[in-house]
Amino acid sequence: MTRTAGEFVWKRKHLVGLDELSGEEITYILDTAESFREVSTRSIKKVPALRGKVVGLLFFEDSTRTRMSFELAASRLSADTVLLTSKGSSVTKGETTLDTVRNVEAMGVDIFVIRHGQSGAPHMLAQKVSASIINAGDGSHEHPTQALLDIFTIRRRLGGLSGLRVAIVGDIAHSRVARSNIIGLRKLGAEVVVVGPPTLVPAAITAMGCEISHSLDDVLAEVDVINMLRIQFERFGSGLFPSVREYSRLYGLNTERMARCRKDVLIMHPGPMNRGVEITSEVADGPNNCILQQVTNGLAIRMAVLYLVSQGTE
Amino acid sequence: MNDILIQNGRVIDPANGRDEIADVAIAKGKIVKAGTAAGKATEVIDAKGKIVCPGLIDIHVHCREPGHEEEETIATASASAVAGGFTTICAMPNTHPPQDNETAIQYVLQRGAEAGLARVLPIGCITKAREGAELSEMGLMLSAGAVAFSDDGDGVASTSVMYRALQYAGMLDVALMQHCQNGDLSGGAMNSGAVAVRLGLRGIASAGEELMLQRDLVLAERTGARYHVQHVSAAWSVELIRQAKARGVRVTAEATPHHLLLTDAACASFDPVYKVNPPLRSAADVEALRAGVADGTINCLATDHAPQSAEEKELEFALAPFGMISLECAVALYAKALIDTHLLDWPDLIAKMTLNPAAIIRGDGSGSLSFGADADVTIIDPKKRWTVRADKFQSKSRNCPYEGWKLKGKPVATIVGGEVKKP
Repeated sequence: MTRTAGEFVWKRKHLVGLDELSGEEITYILDTAESFREVSTRSIKKVPALRGKVVGLLFFEDSTRTRMSFELAASRLSADTVLLTSKGSSVTKGETTLDTVRNVEAMGVDIFVIRHGQSGAPHMLAQKVSASIINAGDGSHEHPTQALLDIFTIRRRLGGLSGLRVAIVGDIAHSRVARSNIIGLRKLGAEVVVVGPPTLVPAAITAMGCEISHSLDDVLAEVDVINMLRIQFERFGSGLFPSVREYSRLYGLNTERMARCRKDVLIMHPGPMNRGVEITSEVADGPNNCILQQVTNGLAIRMAVLYLVSQGTE
Repeated sequence: MNDILIQNGRVIDPANGRDEIADVAIAKGKIVKAGTAAGKATEVIDAKGKIVCPGLIDIHVHCREPGHEEEETIATASASAVAGGFTTICAMPNTHPPQDNETAIQYVLQRGAEAGLARVLPIGCITKAREGAELSEMGLMLSAGAVAFSDDGDGVASTSVMYRALQYAGMLDVALMQHCQNGDLSGGAMNSGAVAVRLGLRGIASAGEELMLQRDLVLAERTGARYHVQHVSAAWSVELIRQAKARGVRVTAEATPHHLLLTDAACASFDPVYKVNPPLRSAADVEALRAGVADGTINCLATDHAPQSAEEKELEFALAPFGMISLECAVALYAKALIDTHLLDWPDLIAKMTLNPAAIIRGDGSGSLSFGADADVTIIDPKKRWTVRADKFQSKSRNCPYEGWKLKGKPVATIVGGEVKKP
């Protein structure tokens, strides 16, 4: 691996959130991911960086792409993986998360990748177990690798982050993707405006350094990137907004709205998409989208994160 | 001959307007003299440099017995109380089964007497089984020794039930204590605000406390009953109480050490030791609460000592139970929040831990060093510096958010009914 980041030495053994990281550390992860991205273009897509290490994938909450992405990333680094999903574990028998993780750790796991429905679960575990903890999404709190891959994709497409203006649209209140993106983007010098109705965009989110707009139309012309969050169907009927139709009319991204955007605007979506609700197929599959590149880049980011925490001591 | 003679202490007795270097003499379990006490005694305590005051009263303690004896018992709560300088504690009724009948009240009194440490005075439930539907037998419980009523842990949600409860309690001239929290707005894990938003935790809005308080103040005004606001946490609640008092509503209120010292910023660690109900609020709320204590809007101080097992506090933040313990460090915490900040002096502080809470639970002027009063006396070393170590607590639980704090001021002797219970 070649290193171009000068004197910087990675020290962290956990990645629980972007909140704890400096801009320099985030940049270092992105730079490391660039190197790993190249691995995926080789005919033999495997390096021995984590040979002999065990990565425990603990998914206490459903996930498709994040889980597969981490699993593939671990395997490309030559690590062995064990997988636990809550349905097949003793979680349903009433064991605490901490006990479950301590038990799996006793089998000799070096790195845990944890997806959990409770905000702060990875933070709690990082203080109580000696293995590395990587947060693969905790409650409504953070999803650091998703934000890293989003930022990585923006950096690759637009050349840098500083001075960019990024809109994040949708259910900000319940979105860990939004939080990690706000934190990461702000640390790298981008401006962020979050867009949605007040019931989905808490006013206090401005304390994280972003702006709020309740009108998507107002921000279209001024942003370089639009990150459309999935509107979660389980929120329907919770009284947070009147109907899918009204949401789609006010906050959905369609060709008519695309016409008012900057020509080179980058359209992102963390998936899974509800086509026709927050984004139409014309936009999702159109020339400005980078949705599948996000997924591809996710692999490089996760390889970088797995590799870096395995080197960390703190 | 006196049984105990406490000499040369700074005797602070707010009920009698006393603050002077003096002696306190105790005989047959009663105060026989506060002033210059002549005569001999079986036991002489040198209180030079110490404060000698009426026994401290905490009207908000969860003893967890019956039901959760693994967390605390009436005996361990009593031991914790006397270690913290408290001679009287009130036992909240959200036990399992709840203290909603005469027999349950007698049980608490009996277990308190068996422990033989602090006086343990039971609070009865306002409604049967704390379900908020039917009034409990307040009259019978009062005769059995209950000193006030509360459904603490929950507020009485139904307006009509609370209205009737206040009318009924008004007849008995007993205080109804409310945990103000509008049910519709509950369900979160910490204070609503910027910290909760950043952490992705569901918030508990101050509005939930304010709304129930506002409703209750209307009902208390209409009924003329005595109404007590438990663990006030929000700035606007303080203002509502202030305004109601100005109108002559018979409302009293308490503040806890944690709401006077900690903010929701502490929750950023995701450590459930900071999870409490009502939640830790903002710095502005802390400031308003301190101001409310200073100007008398908040009558008294109470710990809301709420023991929880270590296993339960090792869960994820949103899943862990609410509650924190502070009986054994409360005096120093109050001093830190209110005396070190020059809001109160020691006589003010002691009034809020003796005379004022006594007025709420008994209304008879106890909590004094008057001639003939029960000899409940606390001796405090106001200068003693010490470090909080929860593993040294008499309490059975360890969920103390002040672990490792360096504090100033410590009770050095706790005398209940003329007997030294600590050291």
